[in-house]
Amino acid sequence: MLIITCPFCGPRDEVEFACGGEAHIARPLADHKISDADFADYLFMRDNPKGLFLERWRHSAGCRRWFNVARDTVSNEIVEIYPMGSLPVKTAAKTTYKTSWRRDTAAEKAATPSRSKAGGSK
Amino acid sequence: MAQNHPDRGQRGLPGGAPRYSAFALAKKAMNYHQDWQRAWRDPEPKAEYDAVIIGGGGHGLATAYYLAAVHGLTNIAVIEKGWIGGGNTGRNTTIIRSNYLWDESAAIYEHSMKLWEGMSQDLNFNVMFSQRGVLTIAHSEHELREMSRRVHAIRLNGIDSEILGPAEIKKFVPTINIDQSIRYPVMGGFLQRRGGTARHDAVAWGYARAADDLGVDIIQKCEVTGLRRQGRKIIGVETSRGFIKTKKVGCVVAGHSSVVAAMAGIRLPIASRPLQALVSEPIKPILDTVIMSNAVHMYISQSDKGEMVLGAGVDKYNSYAQRGSFPVPEHMLAAAVELFPVLSRLRMLRHWGGIVDTCPDASPIISKTDIEGLYFDCGWGTGGFKATPGSGHVFADLIANDRPNKIAAPYSLDRFRTGLLIDEHGAAGVAH
Repeated sequence: MLIITCPFCGPRDEVEFACGGEAHIARPLADHKISDADFADYLFMRDNPKGLFLERWRHSAGCRRWFNVARDTVSNEIVEIYPMGSLPVKTAAKTTYKTSWRRDTAAEKAATPSRSKAGGSK
Repeated sequence: MAQNHPDRGQRGLPGGAPRYSAFALAKKAMNYHQDWQRAWRDPEPKAEYDAVIIGGGGHGLATAYYLAAVHGLTNIAVIEKGWIGGGNTGRNTTIIRSNYLWDESAAIYEHSMKLWEGMSQDLNFNVMFSQRGVLTIAHSEHELREMSRRVHAIRLNGIDSEILGPAEIKKFVPTINIDQSIRYPVMGGFLQRRGGTARHDAVAWGYARAADDLGVDIIQKCEVTGLRRQGRKIIGVETSRGFIKTKKVGCVVAGHSSVVAAMAGIRLPIASRPLQALVSEPIKPILDTVIMSNAVHMYISQSDKGEMVLGAGVDKYNSYAQRGSFPVPEHMLAAAVELFPVLSRLRMLRHWGGIVDTCPDASPIISKTDIEGLYFDCGWGTGGFKATPGSGHVFADLIANDRPNKIAAPYSLDRFRTGLLIDEHGAAGVAH
């Protein structure tokens, strides 16, 4: 059983949490016309790495708030827990974020038009 | 499938020549059974094959067998990282049924069921296929109503299925508790009498032996480390035992599908999750059928050895560790004990997890890819075992002819672009 440290409530058993799957999937904006195949990247295609994985969790039987977790899918080691809307800071988790195929998809580019102006930082 | 062949008596397909006899068994007993011949060879990989199947589980071996037996493609290899049948093929709860709601699912699972019915003959290997029935229980009025709708749909597809009331269930399964006061009372259920179980290891061994007989190289302890491409074309696979040249690669690696797909730069909609099962100490026969419960996500049967075999739903987060999270079996066992109070003092002997490849619509992917010569058969999720022969049969056809047949066509990867999903979530008897 995993012990997950909720950023708001502290360490709790995994039964109190719900896993929301892959983190950092941004919805393409409606006014950006992308193809069905590109939209499928957003809607259905999932990163499914053997190793470090960035995912969302919710403390559903506690404070009911969402947060991000960087967890190894082989050892179950939790490398980092960080707030929604932000990116990981630990090197390994940062690399996982940057090297995901999702960063190059048209869907993601269509999700945050302002990102390109800001030079990719957030 | 198992139509009679003039030269082969009952057997419709080649491979799996007879080699054991009661006399040989007695004779070898004198020598402590030390000099039995190998059931299949242990060849070194050749430099080139017409096709390479990645993954030596039931589906991969079935694919190789049907490629050789039906399509005459014998210069092929099955490459397995560990040993054959050592992954999910040896980790499932061996349940076989074809009572699915949607036409597409009915087509493939019933195709599979028919192959199961002739498999021991086809392979000349006793896979201990036992049509002991699969009974899915409803625990609420609503569930029962939804179930009757499903039963009618299934029957319209020509698949046997019937509704039972609590009294009939009690008669069919005397050990079950039908008291209406329990947390999940038995309101009724639906039964597929042709459903049942098979010996999972025997399925892998039977296919391996028959495929090997036809010249298929089964290469174990050989891990695929890369897929070599020339433009949009496959030209071979990199393995831990060197490069193997080939124009066609069939990938049948279940939980590791995303890992192999990434080698070719392909994205899949798959999430790899642990699916847990456990067996109890062996006891005398108390359950001669398979019981499934959708609402509590529990399924139970008794093996020929007497062990109670129990399975649950998938874990809720991705994992490649072949073990699961404890709360899942805990929840399932609580439900099992309520339904079968007789189990309450049983000790559990073994508990394990297999990594299953779950798809967003709970249906498999049997598909070509954007890369010429690369095919995927994956996404079977929690329900792959029952589909073993059907999956191998249609996948072999896809690889041999480079186009999906009528049964495989709906399972293309394209459905995630077109939106033509085959949503079997909940529509299946669930628990797969």
